[in-house]
Amino acid sequence: MPFVGSPIECTNLRKTYDGKVEAVRGLSLSIEAGECFGLLGPNGAGKTTTIEILEGLLAPTSGEVRVFGQTWNDNPRQLREWIGISLQETRLSEKLTVRETIELFASFYSEPRPADEVLQELELTEKADAWVGKLSGGQKQRLAVATALVGNPRILFLDEPTTGLDPQSRRQLWDIVRAFQKKGGTVLLTTHYMDEAERLCDRLAIVDHGQIIAEGSPNELIDRLGGHHVVEFQVNGSGKDADGNGEAGLDRWRSLPSVESVRREDATICVSVREPHLTIPALLDAVTKQGHQLEHLSTRQASLEDVFVQLTGRHLRED
Amino acid sequence: MKNAETNARSDPAADLPADDRPADRAQPAAQEAGNVADGVVGNDVRKGRRNGRWSGYRHLLWARVLELKREPEVVFWVFIFPLLLAAGLGIAFRSKPAEVPSVVIVDNAGAQKTLGMLQGASDRSSGDKKSSVRATILERDAALKAFHFGKYDLAIEANQDGSYTFYYDPARPESVLSRAEIDAALQAAAGRKDAVATSSQSSSEPGSRYIDFLIPGLLGMNLMNSGMWGVGFALVEMRQRKLLKRFVATPMRRSDFLLALTSSRLVLMVIEVGLLLGFGVLVFHMRVQGSILSVILLGSLGAVAFGGVGLLTACRAQKIESVSGLINLVMMPMWIFSGVFFSYQRFPAIAHPFIKALPLTALNDALRATILEGASLGSQSGRLLVLAIWGGVSFVLALRWFRWT
Ligand SMILES: Nc1ncnc2c1ncn2[C@@H]1O[C@H](COP(=O)(O)OP(=O)(O)OP(=O)(O)O)[C@@H](O)[C@H]1O
Ligand SMILES: [Mg+2]
Repeated sequence: MPFVGSPIECTNLRKTYDGKVEAVRGLSLSIEAGECFGLLGPNGAGKTTTIEILEGLLAPTSGEVRVFGQTWNDNPRQLREWIGISLQETRLSEKLTVRETIELFASFYSEPRPADEVLQELELTEKADAWVGKLSGGQKQRLAVATALVGNPRILFLDEPTTGLDPQSRRQLWDIVRAFQKKGGTVLLTTHYMDEAERLCDRLAIVDHGQIIAEGSPNELIDRLGGHHVVEFQVNGSGKDADGNGEAGLDRWRSLPSVESVRREDATICVSVREPHLTIPALLDAVTKQGHQLEHLSTRQASLEDVFVQLTGRHLRED
Repeated sequence: MKNAETNARSDPAADLPADDRPADRAQPAAQEAGNVADGVVGNDVRKGRRNGRWSGYRHLLWARVLELKREPEVVFWVFIFPLLLAAGLGIAFRSKPAEVPSVVIVDNAGAQKTLGMLQGASDRSSGDKKSSVRATILERDAALKAFHFGKYDLAIEANQDGSYTFYYDPARPESVLSRAEIDAALQAAAGRKDAVATSSQSSSEPGSRYIDFLIPGLLGMNLMNSGMWGVGFALVEMRQRKLLKRFVATPMRRSDFLLALTSSRLVLMVIEVGLLLGFGVLVFHMRVQGSILSVILLGSLGAVAFGGVGLLTACRAQKIESVSGLINLVMMPMWIFSGVFFSYQRFPAIAHPFIKALPLTALNDALRATILEGASLGSQSGRLLVLAIWGGVSFVLALRWFRWT
């Protein structure tokens, strides 16, 4: 029977391209009905490979995929009726209008939604008769999602839906995803924007080198850091002399009250803290006592970026 | 914050095997669709569905036609270019009113006399006001040089002893012809009497001119070009833009897609045939002997066959650059051998069986027989078979090797 299993489940997926590039190495996931699940990871982490295997577009080298309890060999056409997909890069026909494109995609499904309804939902009504080639990046991306939604899917797969979009277009897309979720849909998306993962996803998996290195709700993941706040500061000379350098130097800061962990990035020292109002006065005292001067001090909420950096020692995005 | 709810939701059942899951955990939306009978391919069970079996095909076909219509290059290359080609070649090779031999006489003592004899012959030539010989006198070197460069069909030198020497080029038909005509003219002028009386009637009917030969050939070539490019190139372009992948991510039937792409050629074919034949009839007063229906049927078979070949050519290529090369490679032998611009009878007879096995040869031959001679389709089953085999085998192989991503 369809729909008894969780919408998406995979165990121990592996994908090796051309016998040498190991894009995915033993990845397992289980996504619940109605949740928005995110795959967060840097370029080349294997997000697209994973999502395309789940979408039945790419055969895994090994491992099993089930969508609503069925494998892609069981009844692919039926599964395709139930899912909507937006690929990382698709250039739709430029010489068709927005409406024609949506109607074309609608024609493939046995029970599609009315094109007008989808146009309205994605705020494309104004552009309905414009050629696809003349749309802005954000509009194109919304159209791509429209072609995924027009089949009235139960699961929406979005591969980097907001990459390269301006903040307003990104927020617009987030609203669309939330609206779909509100109607009971399940969403799997990939992103390398941590703020997107944080705001949009109920749960997420951080993927690096084809493996999941952490999984949970954004809050859980940040909780694992210890502190919810990050205090960043520089003291004069901290880049060169032994003061801030090396483990010994960092230990000095670790002993401050309420501090969970310390790391340094270039000249900046980043301290994860539970309660900044306890840490900061002590920090100022310590700096003065050592005869140094504070050159910069700021505090912010801990983010998934901090989680990623802690787990891998690298930043999610190099730019 | 919604993260709080989320934490509560990350639930312990997640790790159960799918079958042990309580069914009520599925979505409401999912539940409602859950009464879909398992394993039913197709759609007959779902209620309230609107799309029929062929809805995808119809939309794909229509989208393709719209795209082609909106592509100015397509309109030019498929529709305008063949007309220009027909017009240009039709004018360049129009049947000229009676080829007038053009001769050069080497300037010497006998030159003027020779000229007089030839012009005398012209004056005698019955009815025609126009001179039937065009003759010029030039210095010996200049005369021979001009002849060698093809400016004159024949060079004549009057010898001292009253005889004549003809310089002619046996490889040039008009040169050979001129030699015979000039010889006859000189002999007549010198007083030779015809042994028997002859009379001739001129006939230059539409149907036997170069343009009549050319237009069906252009039609065949055009069907090949647009089939190969329209299907092959379009397909690789869609593959390169990941559009094919996007399509197969939907429940679209793959066969519908390929069928739509190939049959979009039929729509264009009707326009191509109509334009070229209409042009031939209106501008060059060409006569179409066979029935239009036969021509359309032939065109359809040709369009679909080349659609199949185009599909095969493009079944794996990832880049439009590589498929462009392939398409040209496949078409090249047919441009040369299949008798588009001149008859392939000029190639050695031993090559004819191979040439006739090419799809464009079969199409051109069949189109010419139908258009120019009014041959029935039934009488050309061999040619139709060649086309059908090329199309069918290509299509099957293409499906086998096809790469969607
Ligand atoms: N078709 C392919 N052939 C060979 N290697 C590939 C292919 N597709 C992807 N790879 C490699 O597999 C790895 C994972 O690629 P993938 O596209 O899944 O990453 P990603 O996480 O989606 O990255 P991005 O954020 O840049 O989209 C990369 O190292 C990539 O070079
Ligand atoms: Mg990717």
